[in-house]
Amino acid sequence: MIDYHALAPELILAGTLVGVLLLDLLPVEKYWTAVLALTGLVAAAVPLLSLALLEEGERSLFSGSYVVDDYALVLKGLFIVTGFIALLMSVGYLELDRYYQGEFYFLLLASVIGAVVMASSRDLISIFIGVELVSIPGFLLAGWRKGDARSNEAALKFFIIGVLSSAVMLFGMSIVYGVTGSIDFAGIAAASAGLVDEPAMILGVLLVIAGFGFKVSAVPFHFWVPDTYEGSPTPVAAFLSVGSKAAGFVGLLSLCFIAFAELKEIWGPAIWILAAASMTIGNLVALRQTNIVRLLGYSSIAHGGFILVPFAMAASFDQVALGDAFSATVTYLLIYAFMNLGAFAVVIAVSRKINRGDIAGWAGLFTYAPGLATLATIFFFSLAGLPPLAGWFAKFVMFRAVLGGGANTWAVVLAAIAAVNAVVALYYYAKIVKSAWMDPVPESIASADARETQLAPSLSLALGIAAVGVVAVGFFPQVLAFFGDATRALALGG
Amino acid sequence: MEWFDNGWGLSLVVFLPLVGAFAVMAIPKTNELVAKQTGMFFAAASFVASVVAILRFDFGNTARFQLDTDLTWISSISSNFHIGVDGISLPLVVLSTFITLLAMIYSWDHWPEPHNPKMFIVLMLVLATGMAGTFVALDLILFFVFFELVLLPMYFMIGIWGDRTPMKLPGFKREVETRLYAAIKFFLFTLFGSAFMLLGFIALFFRSAPHTFDMLALSEMGRAGLFTGSFGFWVFGALFLGFAVKVPMWPLHTWLPDAHTAAPTVGSVLLAAIMLKLGSYGFIRISLPILPQEAREWAPAIAILAVIAIIYGSLACLAQTDMKRLIAFSSVGHMGFVMLGIATLTDVGINAAVIGMVAHGVITGLLFFLAGSMSHRYHTREMARLGGNQKLMPVMGGILAFTAMASLGLPGLAGFWGEFMALFGSFNPLDGLSLGLFRSAMVIGAIGTVLTAGYMLWMLQRVNLGEPKAEWAGREFHDVDRFEMAAWAPLVLAILAIGVFPKIVFAATDGAVEQLVRSAFGG
Repeated sequence: MIDYHALAPELILAGTLVGVLLLDLLPVEKYWTAVLALTGLVAAAVPLLSLALLEEGERSLFSGSYVVDDYALVLKGLFIVTGFIALLMSVGYLELDRYYQGEFYFLLLASVIGAVVMASSRDLISIFIGVELVSIPGFLLAGWRKGDARSNEAALKFFIIGVLSSAVMLFGMSIVYGVTGSIDFAGIAAASAGLVDEPAMILGVLLVIAGFGFKVSAVPFHFWVPDTYEGSPTPVAAFLSVGSKAAGFVGLLSLCFIAFAELKEIWGPAIWILAAASMTIGNLVALRQTNIVRLLGYSSIAHGGFILVPFAMAASFDQVALGDAFSATVTYLLIYAFMNLGAFAVVIAVSRKINRGDIAGWAGLFTYAPGLATLATIFFFSLAGLPPLAGWFAKFVMFRAVLGGGANTWAVVLAAIAAVNAVVALYYYAKIVKSAWMDPVPESIASADARETQLAPSLSLALGIAAVGVVAVGFFPQVLAFFGDATRALALGG
Repeated sequence: MEWFDNGWGLSLVVFLPLVGAFAVMAIPKTNELVAKQTGMFFAAASFVASVVAILRFDFGNTARFQLDTDLTWISSISSNFHIGVDGISLPLVVLSTFITLLAMIYSWDHWPEPHNPKMFIVLMLVLATGMAGTFVALDLILFFVFFELVLLPMYFMIGIWGDRTPMKLPGFKREVETRLYAAIKFFLFTLFGSAFMLLGFIALFFRSAPHTFDMLALSEMGRAGLFTGSFGFWVFGALFLGFAVKVPMWPLHTWLPDAHTAAPTVGSVLLAAIMLKLGSYGFIRISLPILPQEAREWAPAIAILAVIAIIYGSLACLAQTDMKRLIAFSSVGHMGFVMLGIATLTDVGINAAVIGMVAHGVITGLLFFLAGSMSHRYHTREMARLGGNQKLMPVMGGILAFTAMASLGLPGLAGFWGEFMALFGSFNPLDGLSLGLFRSAMVIGAIGTVLTAGYMLWMLQRVNLGEPKAEWAGREFHDVDRFEMAAWAPLVLAILAIGVFPKIVFAATDGAVEQLVRSAFGG
């Protein structure tokens, strides 16, 4: 007996996806494929709400390898909202440049389904399928601008690194299976108690972490990010930096806190290094960027590091602190989704106006597009973590998580590294804002033209949603912290 | 008036300006007059609410937090919307609404380039919310949010309306405009400090039992000796970084001369008069009561840094050629006296610190107004080119002379009490603190007051006295106009009133400070 209610979001998304592909064959305006895709995403959110409101606790399907609990629901919600905003950003972008629209939406939806599946996966095979389903459409989407050599480069790099990381991950998984004899997370957790010193197990866990390290673009597995983001169509870069990255974190969360719950001594220190390196290198390299999308690429690497921080000290955490760390990661992801999508949406809007991608081109934005300049300020300073914009709370829960549970020296050092990085990051975000508000308009930009360029209504909607989210959460963080908190049970073996 | 005492009153003081900011934002850019009126209305309303708060405040019990409320804000991290005022914060809240209102009046027809009053008013109002909010917050996270809220508007104020003179940075080929350099320097310094301050807050949260961010509960625990040892040492250090950058204490002060000099007049006024106090207030409200043992350990270090700031600030003033930069450096010295007062950990010293903060607020605020108006008229701030101001503009010259006298600590004017009592306090610091060190500090501080008198009089001599330079011959200067008068007269009166009758501040602070010292240090 299959619990169709629990599977409803996935089923609706799958149906929409097929519908989009079919609709694309009919002689209708391509516009409608986007409408269908958006409607499908909204419809998929309905069973999520009903499942959440019923509060029947955890629903377990397929002999425990697919679980719908609060954690899964919150993250599915995140992926659907991310997909929705990314789609809104794509519509105008694709229409203007006459790209293949139907297929684009189809692939984006496929990627969203993959992420939604990952949130519920509780065994190695289904999580691996989820990862592939997220990534493979991404390879295609990254190369969507066929005529552009950069886009081809983006897709090829992403593809090669993506396949490599999958191979590494799969190799690790096979070792884990070989040692524990189990593919479901609960079985692995039960069989791995006391295996902390087993060399094969250490290798397996580290390889799996490295595989996901590529997906979340943690340093030193980050090399593909700037090139891929720069070359891909910007809405795709936005989706990769939020949706695909969050999917990677979901994989890490589920594996680390459930399957490898007994092996914290192995993955804790490894993630400590990934977190410290990602924050530091991401931020330092971002300082030197002149292209806005590359800058956002490095900034997203750095944010990946911040999100990893709560994981790093897990080995020394008690139950409460583990719960805090888990909910901090989820809360950070939720807030990051809004602010980073918003930042990318502003970049799309501004690039449309100025027809170039370097930060110097943003000079004087305020004089001809005060609204966009204000939005850019909101999103970039939120990414920097300044109150009263949502980003402060993300940074706050991150600090709180790492210092919780009887903080030792390593925790304090990591927190200090994160604090210094938060300041470094401010510099490059402020550089963009400075350009937009305080510099004179460059002569090459005819501000009359720029003034008249209209934004696609869907892009304005995306900007509006993200901005309201960032400001409202900044003042009342409880709105999202509630969802982060709801997932806490998972870390406690719930 | 029941509702006023239940937290609504203070909420009005804090959030009316923010509401005003949104209201002004909604007004079309072309409609400047309405924007100005709206801004003025909300600044005035906030000030009136703070005056009502004085009336509703029970001066018989200044140590208790009054007009308070405590509501759930972010339940997942157990942070509350807890606000209230006691005798220490009340004068500072009133100071902040008062100066904001005067800044709004002054701005009425003094708009720095590139104009755009609407935007400027929005920033001033957001700033007002952040400043007043910091003084009433009784929850560490709420405090942090307000403390940071002031950064953004000030960054834009300096960066957009600031000084456009190009400057050369050592190590860089290209010249940058002063405003851009000063704005980002100010921003980075302050954020650096507050990032560590936040870590300190979180560390306190986890050591407290039950876990809380509430300042009052944490103070109780601090008295019970919960935050001691190396934990306390590091936490005090983290908070110290956050507050010391803001004060600013030597050697973290380097952002101040740049920011104050580059900021537009109103920006400098708000920075000097109120924002610096956020740091010293943090020491009094958070560091001392929550970490009393550690405060004893750190007090000598703070005293030494404070004395260095006094001497260094004064000497730096003597080396300035730019009038505004001189006033900026004088803040380093004056805040040194405030910190010296705090470091004594005594009743007298902390009272000195609070009255010193209020006095510095009104005096240096007025000095920056004057410097702004003068450079508006002369188009230069070079003291070598000024001179004979008293003859060219008798009224403005008179006010400048008066304020400079107040700033150098002339008895009978506001600046005297803070300096005098800080020195007096360091003669007799808290039992257990090194007498030798604090008495040396007192002597060096006293030398500092002489130097202060020296640079202030020297400034007066160069700017005000003598004959006007040849380049101004035949030029007509418009003396103080009515908006300037309206903004400055209250400050002049306040300087006189506090100087002659310091009890208007002490009536509020005395009981609260005494209670603080007694409960934290048993002194």
